[in-house]
Amino acid sequence: MGAQLRVYKRRIRSVTATKKITKAMEMIAASRVVKAQRKVAASTPYATELTRAVTAVGTGSNTKHPLTTQAETVTRSAVLLLTSDRGLAGAFNSNAIKAAEQLTERLEREGKQVETYIVGRRGVAHYNFRERKIAESWSGFTDEPTYADAKKVAAPLIEAIEKDTAEGGVDELHIVYTEFVSMMTQQALDAQLLPLRLEEVAEETATKGEILPLFDFEPSAEDVLDALLPRYVESRIYNALLQSAASKHAATRRAMKSATDNAGELINTLSRLANAARQAEITQEISEIVGGSAALADATAGSDR
Amino acid sequence: MAAELHVALVAADREVWSGQATLVVARTTSGDIGVMPGHQPLLGVLESGPVTIRTSDGGTVIAAVHGGFISFADDKLSLLAEIAELSDEIDVQRAERALERAKSADDASAGRRAEVRLRAVTAR
Repeated sequence: MGAQLRVYKRRIRSVTATKKITKAMEMIAASRVVKAQRKVAASTPYATELTRAVTAVGTGSNTKHPLTTQAETVTRSAVLLLTSDRGLAGAFNSNAIKAAEQLTERLEREGKQVETYIVGRRGVAHYNFRERKIAESWSGFTDEPTYADAKKVAAPLIEAIEKDTAEGGVDELHIVYTEFVSMMTQQALDAQLLPLRLEEVAEETATKGEILPLFDFEPSAEDVLDALLPRYVESRIYNALLQSAASKHAATRRAMKSATDNAGELINTLSRLANAARQAEITQEISEIVGGSAALADATAGSDR
Repeated sequence: MAAELHVALVAADREVWSGQATLVVARTTSGDIGVMPGHQPLLGVLESGPVTIRTSDGGTVIAAVHGGFISFADDKLSLLAEIAELSDEIDVQRAERALERAKSADDASAGRRAEVRLRAVTAR
């Protein structure tokens, strides 16, 4: 076998192996998207009920709470960025990071100091490489986040917002995550999580055409709000984590699908080249044989004479 | 109107139980509270403890609830909990082991969770 043909054969073998791997990863990601979507759906009843309750307290009483009061001058804000632990997801992480950077830039233009909190190794690596400060980071659960993980993430954030700005607390909290729109569309976006705008939450529920009754609070409106708002924040973060996970798997699936397609195309091209090389080799061999026998015939014919 | 409550017991990551009931007893921070149809709209903070739901068909559902809220309006009652387990789902031996472990590790919150679970099981 000719050297060139051998090189082609070797490359085809290696690309075939790669294709098998990407195909498997595509299928794994596809099944994980479904699972993640199911988790998003399962967490919806809790989130809806919680939103209703928050609205009820917000509209039914004039309670003030650090999580709902807008600071007069915002000097410091926290940005929570949700990325994934592993790559191979196309532009998923870079889109989220880009959105976070745009948000940071905007906040800094407004004269605010930005503290960055990151979930996921990819985001951490990106910030560490550029030697930017990270207030706190978490990783290890981005593929399948649980409610306990959301609590873990929310705790220091709630603490930071309840602290006075002078003592290192923050005035507002933004979250950057990837919204799962559909299997084909995922969108990195930022949202202000805190301070909570009760009117906005109220609008969300009001669209369903519901009039909330006057509630009796047990033990008191303040206590209920005290207990309710951190849970609300946790549930929002949980939802964002789940959506990011679903988006990541969808992005992986898409990236792996195009990798598989590309590998298939490459195999086709390489097979054609290998065929051409084989053909060329055969042609050469034939012409060598023909040439050789002709020369031999010439030589014997010459000796006869 | 039939005197019935529509109850939904929801944990953070799933809906644990939902159905019709005539009475729900839960423990709020200011004491046990029983809710029957026609109760005044209510929003309360739950303590960790067992919640008893008397269903319309005469059965009883008991669940262990770890922190959360009770909200009631228009004969619709929702129990929101970060963690909620029906007593049938609770593995007694596991809960007992968890209690032992929590005691030896001096983990107050884990011990409390295990205790609530066991109380819910004994109440069934």
